[in-house]
Amino acid sequence: MTETIEVIPKPSPAQAAAPLLAVRNIEVVYDDVILVLRGLSLEVPQGAIVALLGANGAGKSTTLKAISGLLKTEDGEVTRGEIVFDGERINGIDPDKIVRRGIFQVMEGRRIISDMTSIENLRLGAFTRRDGDVDADIAMVFNYFPRLKERTGLAGYLSGGEQQMLAIGRALMARPKMILMDEPSMGLSPLLVKEVFAIIKEINRDLGVTILLVEQNARAALSVASHGYIMEQGKVVLDGSADELRDNEDVKEFYLGGAGDQRKSFKNLKSFKRRKRWL
Amino acid sequence: MNLQFLIQLLVNGLVVGTLYGVVAMSFVLIYKATQVVNFAQGELLLIGAWVCWALLTKYQVPFWVGMPLTLVFMFVFGIAIQIVILRPMIGEPIISVIMVTIGLSTVFQAVLKWIFGVNPQPFPPVFTSQSIHFLGLQIQTVYVMSLVVSVAMMIGMAWFFRASKYGLAMRATAFDQQVAQSLGISVKNVFAMAWAISAAVSAVAGVVVAVVNGVSSGLSAYGIKVFPAAILGGLDSIGGAVLGGIIIGLLENIAQYIDSEYLHWGNLYEIAPFYVLIIVLMIKPYGLFGTKDIERV
Repeated sequence: MTETIEVIPKPSPAQAAAPLLAVRNIEVVYDDVILVLRGLSLEVPQGAIVALLGANGAGKSTTLKAISGLLKTEDGEVTRGEIVFDGERINGIDPDKIVRRGIFQVMEGRRIISDMTSIENLRLGAFTRRDGDVDADIAMVFNYFPRLKERTGLAGYLSGGEQQMLAIGRALMARPKMILMDEPSMGLSPLLVKEVFAIIKEINRDLGVTILLVEQNARAALSVASHGYIMEQGKVVLDGSADELRDNEDVKEFYLGGAGDQRKSFKNLKSFKRRKRWL
Repeated sequence: MNLQFLIQLLVNGLVVGTLYGVVAMSFVLIYKATQVVNFAQGELLLIGAWVCWALLTKYQVPFWVGMPLTLVFMFVFGIAIQIVILRPMIGEPIISVIMVTIGLSTVFQAVLKWIFGVNPQPFPPVFTSQSIHFLGLQIQTVYVMSLVVSVAMMIGMAWFFRASKYGLAMRATAFDQQVAQSLGISVKNVFAMAWAISAAVSAVAGVVVAVVNGVSSGLSAYGIKVFPAAILGGLDSIGGAVLGGIIIGLLENIAQYIDSEYLHWGNLYEIAPFYVLIIVLMIKPYGLFGTKDIERV
């Protein structure tokens, strides 16, 4: 709400209004020596779903942890650049305070508390809230995920899909302005992936929660996102609207599993190797 | 077979056992939240007892005012220990932190001797009648109080961890600190709270023991005595600590019965808990109720 953003390497539609989240040219170092992010910038407009795609080790999860502050718990540090949320600089702030500002991260691998019940997990999601309307929100979460209501035992015994739903529900309990989702499709069957992404879209539409989505499953992510960034080796190498990215030949080839049905020869494999990087 | 004596000892065992349970609980509280075994737990009992003693004798405060004041003092003291001494240790290896608690126990012992002297002090009488008779058994009034207070604290603790927001936050922190932080829980505050509650709970036990035996530096031996109870129950289980305490209490008294009736060795009472400790560690190293990770199949 305060300043206009200029330091963006590539023009994006997000530039029109001041974005809810702006990451500007950040550098992240682990253990004082390992450089993971090298000048990464991205923007997430208010109310949007933005996908952050890329191969293993590109730095997607690190980006989310830099935003949520959880980097600190892993001996990581933002050494350059800035992260601006809702008009305020948030890098260097403790993760629990960032949750209070309205950013909630759903970590990779769900990370529900397995020796508690679903309801206890949900109530923990509302830890930072001061208002007492927690029960109403539990009902709302059960409305999105009816099958969680039937499972009253310990959360550790839920199936993978149910645990993912619980993790998303737990995030909703905090009533965040923004949810950072790390690989919600991990370990789920294709059918469940569809279901989970449909609900993500629904949540975004109904509650107006802004979502930054990190995914390996580029196809699923681009089906719900309005905008996408593609990362490689700690940098954004390509960004555009979801449609643009879906039609981009390189993205098709490397992230969406080939352009057509025809099988490729080994010649193309060579070209794949050569063209593995955009920059 | 002296039945009357046996029953008397079993009742004693139960009463002392619940008290052990309370102290074991305060062990478990700190261990569960911070993974640190606090070797200064016994000194926390002693500090609580001395503070209450000082309030009652030096300042002539009535017991029902002195006891809550002691609890408040210990609560704040627990937070202070965490912030001043242990917070800078966050991120250091756990074994270093445990060594610090051993150091703390020595320092506390010395400082308490410096302030209150080396001589044991009798506790001012809290109850008008020393003992009550119940079903032909003689029970000290303070034991009745101890039992009531212990059970109340156990119920309070059970409620705290099941139903309160901060209890859930402590359990979450014990489960996974990173996850807890991702939920907006300040791990530092949870650690401070664990120390505060643990110190206050210890003080209750310390005062009860002091009412029976008077205050002396030997009181801190309770911290070590209760260790087998915490291990038996499983170091990270509150319920296990309570049950472990009761088992050890009963066992001590059964040992004493066997000793005085048949063996006449003279010190079985003291060492029986440690035999149990050794056997438990051999057979069930995680204790009766120690955490087993849930694995989906």
